[in-house]
Amino acid sequence: MKPGSTFAACTALVRRDFTLIWRRRGDALNPILFALIVVALFPFALGPEPENLRRIAAGIVFVALLLSGLLALDTLFRGDYEDGSLEQLVLSPHPLALLLACKVAVHWLTTALPLLVVAPLLAEMLNLPHGVLPVLLTALALATPLLSLIGAVCVALTVGMRRSGMLLALLVLPLYVPVLIFGAGACNAAQAGLAYLAPLLWLGAGLVLAVVLAPLACAAALKISLS
Amino acid sequence: MPEIDVHDRPALLEARRLAYARNDEPIFGPLDFVLHAGEVVLIEGDNGAGKTTLLRVLSGLLEPTSGDVLLDGEPLTLSKLSHQVALLGHQPGLKGDLTALENLRFAAGLGGLRAGISPATALAGVGLEGFADVPTRQLSAGQKKRVALARVLLAPVGLWLLDEPYANLDLEGIKLVNRLLELHARRGGAALITSHGAYAFTSGTPRRIPLRATHAPGASP
Amino acid sequence: MNALTLWFHKIGSPPTFYRIAGALAPWLFGIAFVLGAVALYGGLVMAPRDYQQGDAYRIIFIHVPCAWMSLFAYAFMAVNAFIALVWRIKLSELLAMASAPIGAAFTFVTLVTGSIWGKPMWGTWWTWDARLTSELVLLFLYLGVIGLYHAIEDRRQAARAASFLALIGIVNVPIVHFSVNWWNTLHQGQTVRLMGESKISGDMVWPLLVMALATHVWFFASLFARTRVGLLELEGGKDWAREVALADGGGRS
Repeated sequence: MKPGSTFAACTALVRRDFTLIWRRRGDALNPILFALIVVALFPFALGPEPENLRRIAAGIVFVALLLSGLLALDTLFRGDYEDGSLEQLVLSPHPLALLLACKVAVHWLTTALPLLVVAPLLAEMLNLPHGVLPVLLTALALATPLLSLIGAVCVALTVGMRRSGMLLALLVLPLYVPVLIFGAGACNAAQAGLAYLAPLLWLGAGLVLAVVLAPLACAAALKISLS
Repeated sequence: MPEIDVHDRPALLEARRLAYARNDEPIFGPLDFVLHAGEVVLIEGDNGAGKTTLLRVLSGLLEPTSGDVLLDGEPLTLSKLSHQVALLGHQPGLKGDLTALENLRFAAGLGGLRAGISPATALAGVGLEGFADVPTRQLSAGQKKRVALARVLLAPVGLWLLDEPYANLDLEGIKLVNRLLELHARRGGAALITSHGAYAFTSGTPRRIPLRATHAPGASP
Repeated sequence: MNALTLWFHKIGSPPTFYRIAGALAPWLFGIAFVLGAVALYGGLVMAPRDYQQGDAYRIIFIHVPCAWMSLFAYAFMAVNAFIALVWRIKLSELLAMASAPIGAAFTFVTLVTGSIWGKPMWGTWWTWDARLTSELVLLFLYLGVIGLYHAIEDRRQAARAASFLALIGIVNVPIVHFSVNWWNTLHQGQTVRLMGESKISGDMVWPLLVMALATHVWFFASLFARTRVGLLELEGGKDWAREVALADGGGRS
């Protein structure tokens, strides 16, 4: 009579979450559609001149992906909270931080990774110079997991609140600002021919820290929210 | 004063002057009781008497406002408890998009498997053999309850905390719950269940602890 | 238990704190007003004109102390948030939550006065210089803590959640400042500094320091007043609270 190993538990959780998303795979397109719409609005707002759009292309793509991710964050814990599965995770004999890290990883893979795949298309719609694209993709690859991890902590604080969208946006904004500054800043620097490695390294460092600390913070926040 | 027990076994779970208040309104307490291995205890009370809150305090999800909970004589912590307790909470804890069997397989992966039982046999044990591949959202409330009971059956733990296990069940379901409880007790496990009222076991009634709604203004800190 | 610990426990007890804070608050408000008036006189009337910025610089006598207070209030909130989370002391929860709106108000005044200062300097009401931008993010941090506190029904759980957020925020404040500084150097055209090149003369320093003292005193006065209200809200069912209500109400029921 002994509980299964922690590795088995994490595998079971990852498999379950992937299965659940696969069964509702139509919903997985929503973040992509949202990002496309946001990006498409800008030429309408600013005019189609390529020079205009080119200057702010990287920033717009970043903001569009940030906002899509923010909308998608709600699905991270809501389903589990409403049917009581979240409680079962908290009560399981395995480290909650590790289980939550698995959930965030699956969430990132199914919401942010598709956005990364679409990012070149979005960049092209805004006439981003082709030389900047690798920097944009690297910055996004470092920034989006960071946004997911930070967002997870804030979602944990507001889990179960009806209509928590505005409050969640208010909570994450101050935390997202540095990520956006470094991420989009790296792209802008590359576009202006300046050094862009430093901000990318800062993002990387932040990501490493977040991978270790955010799940722990998320677990603590969840225990407060469920009490 | 802890109740005098007739089983003369070491206490598995003990509550001492346990109380919980939310926003300065007392929910329950002070409460004293002792639970031994092999016992089934029924917490009785009307709606709003704090039964669900009590179970959540005992499961470690909530911290009591005052008093102590002791597990095997030591103060309760969530990490200690999680290896020993299965909670059937207010919600069934099942994913609607997964089939009954998939839900149980996940529970087995997460919480481990009791020796001698498998998700399929647990499902059969609660009378749902033909429903292994039905998405859980298509099951009735009573059937969902049975799947949740199967999840509790699978857990390799000695202590069951069941919140309103009889809710949504028909007469057959009620008898099933009682059968499972008696089996668990005979194997040396213990169970604490909440309910509005008691349903007779085949071998005597469980020990009852009444929980009355306490709303006493002016109680001193 | 030694005398200091005993004293702490006494202070932390709600009825005692309520009484002491109630006695002190009016005095503190009074002192703050006097000090503030003195500082304003010193700054607006007595201090000499700045050779670069003329009379427009005088707004720093409000802007700078408020900026200092916006950071002090956050640090105070964070310390109490930490105590509240680790030791679950009711009074710390209330002190942390009461500091948030006061800190937010100071941050808001900092932003407005910074904006007013900017108008004669650069002709625009708003500029994205490093300090103002960091203050804006700080305002959002405060609003987030306040918003979260008011979104949860259970007052003590709300205080714990908001305290947790405040602690995350305090880790974020230096990060934001660092990133905004870098951002300003990247987009060099907009770099401006609010504090000019002129050295600050002695005649300008003392009103600044007196105003800083005044704002600190005012912070605690306001904190005490707010915390008393919070205590009553939290402990409404207890005997001591009822006695207070009956005494204030003069027996009216």
